Amino acid sequence: MAISIPLRRLSRSFSAIASNPLRVCVVGSGPAGFYTAEKVLKKHERAEVDIIDRLPTPFGLVRSGVAPDHPETKIVTNQFSRVVQNEHCSFFGNVSLGSSISLSELRDIYDVVVLAYGAESDRVLGIPGEELKGIYSAREFVWWYNGHPDCSKLDLDLKSTDTAVVLGLGNVALDVARVLLRPTMELTSTDIASHAVAALEESCIRKVYLVGRRGPVQAACTAKELREVLGIQDLYVHIDEADLVKTPADEEELKNNRIHRRVYELLSRAASSGVASGSGRHELHFVFFRKPDRFLESEDQGGHVAGVRFEKTIVREELESGKQIAVGTGQFEDIECGLVLKSIGYKSIPVDGLPFDHQKGMVPNVGGRVLSDASGDEMQFEKGLYVCGWLKRGPTGIIATNLYCAEETVASITEDVEKGLFTRTSSSQQKPGREGLLQLLDSRDIRFFPFGAWEKIDQEETRRGLLKNKSREKLTEWLELLNIASA
Amino acid sequence: MFTLKLSKLGAHAIKNCLKAQLASTARTLRVPLCQNENLLPLIHQRYSTAAPDKAFQKQNEEKEKISVTFVDKDGEEKHIRVPVGMSMLEAAHENDIELEGACEGSLACSTCHVIVMDPNHYNKLEDPTDEENDMLDLAFGLTETSRLGCQIIAHPDIDGIRLALPAATRNFAVDGYKPKPH
Repeated sequence: MAISIPLRRLSRSFSAIASNPLRVCVVGSGPAGFYTAEKVLKKHERAEVDIIDRLPTPFGLVRSGVAPDHPETKIVTNQFSRVVQNEHCSFFGNVSLGSSISLSELRDIYDVVVLAYGAESDRVLGIPGEELKGIYSAREFVWWYNGHPDCSKLDLDLKSTDTAVVLGLGNVALDVARVLLRPTMELTSTDIASHAVAALEESCIRKVYLVGRRGPVQAACTAKELREVLGIQDLYVHIDEADLVKTPADEEELKNNRIHRRVYELLSRAASSGVASGSGRHELHFVFFRKPDRFLESEDQGGHVAGVRFEKTIVREELESGKQIAVGTGQFEDIECGLVLKSIGYKSIPVDGLPFDHQKGMVPNVGGRVLSDASGDEMQFEKGLYVCGWLKRGPTGIIATNLYCAEETVASITEDVEKGLFTRTSSSQQKPGREGLLQLLDSRDIRFFPFGAWEKIDQEETRRGLLKNKSREKLTEWLELLNIASA
Repeated sequence: MFTLKLSKLGAHAIKNCLKAQLASTARTLRVPLCQNENLLPLIHQRYSTAAPDKAFQKQNEEKEKISVTFVDKDGEEKHIRVPVGMSMLEAAHENDIELEGACEGSLACSTCHVIVMDPNHYNKLEDPTDEENDMLDLAFGLTETSRLGCQIIAHPDIDGIRLALPAATRNFAVDGYKPKPH
């Protein structure tokens, strides 16, 4: 498909760019942020791109979400690091949207602001007992074992119970189950946080239940992760063969969906391989068709969870949407446990001045252009404001999903540039960009950390890791991170 | 003018190739190379040389290059020569072809996904392993002749292979789109 831009338009945008580089700020340095920065720099050769992140360490969930025993998934940080090597790109760590600087201030300073700060909160079930001790979101647990400074002090007790219930059947649920059940020795040479290794070495957790509201055909995990968890050494895996019965709708779904088909095959094989459970062995139970109704409180340990009450479900087609949904049957069943990890989805956090859909937990947008709150019949966009990643699409997808997401958002930005949206007739109207950000941070005494500071942290973590035979010994305390970064 | 024609050709070729894939069943694509017994001696002849000098033979193989054509999503073609033993991902990067490789060939992503345009070439490749299939599950714009570029290794058997870069955006976020797992 040939792109033919009229010559006069091309020359106009060229002269506009020559005197007026596009000033772009990307908020968030995970895959969405970095892919966006990379593509902006490629499409607009003279653009100036600043990436800000509230942490002094970049890479978002690649650093704090990907499991420690998945190092190959983290290799993409090499590509991201090369983006910052571009002289037109700078990283500003320890700069937080909302507290260091407001959204409206950013929009005053930059032509284009792309929000790619993901989803740092959690969906809630909204059922009784959710506040009991021993109940965490999977995100907190994952941040804990990945050494995120916000969760390093999490008061996790893995000693007073032998059973954990994980709610959800996605890859994050499988990650947390695997970390709990893998022989800890297999994790000690990874970049897992040391406090997690210590806790896991003393862990008494022997049984993990992975519980989903619907059936094996609807399980959201993928083959690689499932294969991995089923292959854990000496693990007894239990799946009820009765749960594998397929409805005509299930058959249809499997016929059309390769991912679900391969997952279902793996689950079937695991169900029928029937190796008897041995005493002292770790156990993994896949439980389907159970919806959490309430959390049960312990009688001995006041305020602590002792189990989960589930309502049995059947899966039916919802008439309006055509989706397969879980419908309660009025029959209940309890699973005893001392630890619950809710892996039911992340949720984005709104900031002042940002149109937000609280129901969906994301920013209303079309192709990455943020829709104004005032939008009625006529779609109105917030000029110069864009979104990318989970904040734009909701908290789903893999790292690569952001590649295409960024392409779409940058295409919208490029269209707007070509339409002349950011062309200035006089130099006095030019946005200050990086200079403006530096001035503002300085006036507020906010110490930002450039990419070089992360490189110092990286070096130190690698050095400490070598001493302990680990790929990396993460710095998990804010103070330590800031000290090493400032050295 | 010429590039436009070529790109039209490219798009046309891809469309026809994909139509052929969708029409054939998985079984037909798996027809082994040597079903015709008469072909066997010919194929053996190709690999056994009169000269028993294996070192000499290996040296030739090392210098040997094959032709590979990359076709991007706009139908633009790029012809390159790839030394036997190199992966298509490496070859793409050496020739400034825009093939993503997030995990740098460690079978931990699907970003180097390519579509093998000729079913004959596709059949000559060794079947993907479980690990590759697991990653292909997640590839955008997956087709019946899709493979990961990092797993296609240059070999005389696939000389002339044509690889299409998937038009990812056409599968992205349309109505009825199913969110990918993570």
